[in-house]
Amino acid sequence: MKKGVLVSLLAIVPLFILSGCESMVVFDPQGPVARSITDLINWSIVLMAFVCLVVFVLFGYIVWKYRATKENADYEPDEHGSTKLEIVWTVIPFLIIIALTIPTVKTIYALEDIPEDYKDHEPIVINVTSADWKWIFSYPEEGIETVNYVNIPAGVPVEFKLTSAGTMQSFWIPALAGQKYTMYGAETDLYVVADKPGNYEGQNTSFNGKGYAEMKFDVEAKTLEDYDEWVDEVKEDAPKLTEEKYKEIIKPTHLGRMTFSNTHLEWIDHGKGGDSNYYLNPELYRVHGYPGRTFDKNQESDGGEKDAH
Amino acid sequence: MHIKWDDIVITGDPLILSAQIGITLTMLAIVVGVTYFKKWQYLWDEWITTVDHKKIGIMYIIVAVLMFFRGGVDGLMMKYQTAAPEMDFLDAQHYNEVFTTHGVIMILFMAMPALIGLMNVVIPLQIGARDVAFPQLNALSFWLTFSGAMLFNISFVIGGSPDAGWTSYFPLAGKEFTPGVGNNFYAIALQIAGIGTLMTGINFIVTILKMRTKGMTLMKMPMFTWTSLITNIIIVFAFPILTVALALMTFDRLFGTHFFTISGGGNAMLWNNLFWLWGHPEVYIVILPAFGMFSEIIATFSRKRLFGYNSMIISIVGIAILSMVVWVHHFYTMGSGPVVNSVFSITTMLIAIPTGVKIFNWLFTMRKGRIQFTTAMLWSLAFIPTFTIGGVTGVMLAMAAADYQYHNTLFLVAHFHYVLIPGVVYAVFAGFYYWWPKMFGYALNERLGKWHFWLFNIGFNVTFMPMFFLGLKGAVRRSYTFSAESGFAPLFMLSAIGSLILAAGFAVLVYNIYYSTRYADRKISTDPWDARTLEWHTASPVQPYNFAITPEVKALDAFWYMKKNNEGLVLKEEELEEIHMPSNSWLPIYMCVVFGVVGFFLVFEWFIPAAICSLGIFVGLIIRSFDYDEGYHIKLDVIKKTERAWRGEK
Repeated sequence: MKKGVLVSLLAIVPLFILSGCESMVVFDPQGPVARSITDLINWSIVLMAFVCLVVFVLFGYIVWKYRATKENADYEPDEHGSTKLEIVWTVIPFLIIIALTIPTVKTIYALEDIPEDYKDHEPIVINVTSADWKWIFSYPEEGIETVNYVNIPAGVPVEFKLTSAGTMQSFWIPALAGQKYTMYGAETDLYVVADKPGNYEGQNTSFNGKGYAEMKFDVEAKTLEDYDEWVDEVKEDAPKLTEEKYKEIIKPTHLGRMTFSNTHLEWIDHGKGGDSNYYLNPELYRVHGYPGRTFDKNQESDGGEKDAH
Repeated sequence: MHIKWDDIVITGDPLILSAQIGITLTMLAIVVGVTYFKKWQYLWDEWITTVDHKKIGIMYIIVAVLMFFRGGVDGLMMKYQTAAPEMDFLDAQHYNEVFTTHGVIMILFMAMPALIGLMNVVIPLQIGARDVAFPQLNALSFWLTFSGAMLFNISFVIGGSPDAGWTSYFPLAGKEFTPGVGNNFYAIALQIAGIGTLMTGINFIVTILKMRTKGMTLMKMPMFTWTSLITNIIIVFAFPILTVALALMTFDRLFGTHFFTISGGGNAMLWNNLFWLWGHPEVYIVILPAFGMFSEIIATFSRKRLFGYNSMIISIVGIAILSMVVWVHHFYTMGSGPVVNSVFSITTMLIAIPTGVKIFNWLFTMRKGRIQFTTAMLWSLAFIPTFTIGGVTGVMLAMAAADYQYHNTLFLVAHFHYVLIPGVVYAVFAGFYYWWPKMFGYALNERLGKWHFWLFNIGFNVTFMPMFFLGLKGAVRRSYTFSAESGFAPLFMLSAIGSLILAAGFAVLVYNIYYSTRYADRKISTDPWDARTLEWHTASPVQPYNFAITPEVKALDAFWYMKKNNEGLVLKEEELEEIHMPSNSWLPIYMCVVFGVVGFFLVFEWFIPAAICSLGIFVGLIIRSFDYDEGYHIKLDVIKKTERAWRGEK
């Protein structure tokens, strides 16, 4: 019994500490997409808390009641099993799992589409390209591009089209939506809606080398008017992105924010594969230790432009 | 050949330098010590060339404890680095290497050897056999595992450690993004160890199916034997996938093929699939034997037979089958589409049912029992609530839609530590305390054992419970630092403090091994726990031939039945016969060295020396093929003398 109490005490300690901290982002969703996931998580917590409670209570009770004492020294227990009981603890978990499966599958399907209440809006498309170790956001319709920050209108669905220029990353804005991988030569979709204007943090969660920890970006949800104004400003004031400049950007570096009045989609979309020799340069990834060989790029049969870096 | 020595030996880092000095001094001390005490001959005859399953098991366990130390130090370094915001104890590169080796070592070179070690010691005894089916193959399995472990471990002082995570996801793990030899170590060392594990799988399946003593039908096998059988079947199904994946990785990294690259038409996501097709069954490979050990220990110390023996077996078979069809849950976020994610959510959640059945069966084994709180039992008891937390968070992660918010966060890290530490490490510790008398003829100190237990258990919960909450606050895994503004600091600090308590617990275990080896009572009973299975029906430590006459089994819990009915306990000397035993062999250690050297050259991409040395592998195979050693016979008077000595003519 001592143990049962102790284990639950240990579980409570962090809760106390937490009450002093700010809230947990997963439980504080700022948009309908994240909210639907939070609802699912809350439902699972209720059921799982019930499971824990049953096991812990039974555990405490049994360990205490049937402990060896001097009084029961000559007690010779004998029991083999009980089909009835075993059916009980097969069927009940089965029911619990059905109770979890139905909302899970519903949510999985719902997340593949624009959220229910926003279906009549045309989504704003933003192409996300992750590179080591920065995030590049292209607005194909607006013809602008940003690095390490993304502005979106609040109350309007946004469709992120995700891809990567090299290593695999995972695109995550916990306050607004769950995450999805960005992969070279593939395009994944993520729908996001922010309830109201505000600033949110986004980051990579999939380890991709030395600069991984700092691979973050800012999301600012603006009112539709502010957003349109910002787009116009960028179109007028921001410099043009050149192909040479873009090649610099996707080298493995850390960069601050950048803004351009055109997009790199004009000459390459990594989601469609394209020419990897365009940016691959293993020499930039050398760390300490024995170097090992890399392979002659000219042998690679990608076709297209060869870049010597 | 042009060799740059300062590239090969890692220099310039004080931590690594101190490790290099430490390793050199330790090796010198071992060589000098063994020479001084004139133990080379003893080591060679009794251990290095042995084919005895008990000694091989003990060597596996020694490797596991050493690797637990190495992996544990990695863990502590990570905890120290993240104890406060923006610490600069480790830089990003160093941290990346540390969590990579921590993961690989803990799973492949700690958990696996510990469990296979205990299997080696216990399984042949539990089924009343004199050895495993292929004793020399067994020694080869061990030595290849050892070879792989050593090759992997030298990476941080020579050549550079792997740094792409224990999952080694491509494209990161390819030459395009990690051009150094670090990840070659991963590909080659795991391959060598994996061959050893695959052979263990085959060996134990044959042993359990063919070598059981008279009367032991499948449904009279002890639960640990059952779980080991299923585990080894999973090994034989899953490890070839790893072998293939690692081979493709090796081709990519060494020879410039394009299986997983992003250029040349490679498909990096193929690696994720292959890795987890092995990786998820691997989780059950380490957890099922642990379930078996808990079953034995809980039954023994409740003084009751296992509740629901049949449903336990159905459960493990169910878990084994399901373990093969859940791998996609490791990458729901890849965007495979709602159908795929829904199917794998359901298969994953289904695993909760057989696992739940087992939890309740263990609880009801204790119900109406008479529970003794020995150290081995304490570990088994603590397993139930802590593993339940790991299990329910596993169900939460199984729900694909919810996983989009947990994936790659510390919530996930907390979950798998809550499964693997209670599930595997607690079981291994319970197994140590329980079977130590069988292995060495003396028990580990119970009082120190309880210190070990409480420190470790409290430390574990304090370390990993905060990580659930950190994950929900948005803290991601594998990040070497975090900012002060994130608000993560108090929980990270708590977690770091917990890891120190955890480490103190491990230190008590090490001290306990030392203390008990020196001072423990050698005159203990061969059946100190009043246990139920056949391994307790012989001497402790066990004589080389295990059983003078192999026992006849009449019921489940065979030894318990013998004791209750007073059958078969007394040795009838007139029935004794000479016992045929396998001879020692130097080939396994030879293969260990050759594989190690070939592996080393391959890691450094020196193909000509590698090709020349790999001829040595074929030489070994040829020598083995023409090996006509028929073993030897133990004479009757030797058997009689040995038997009288331990039985004390009781």
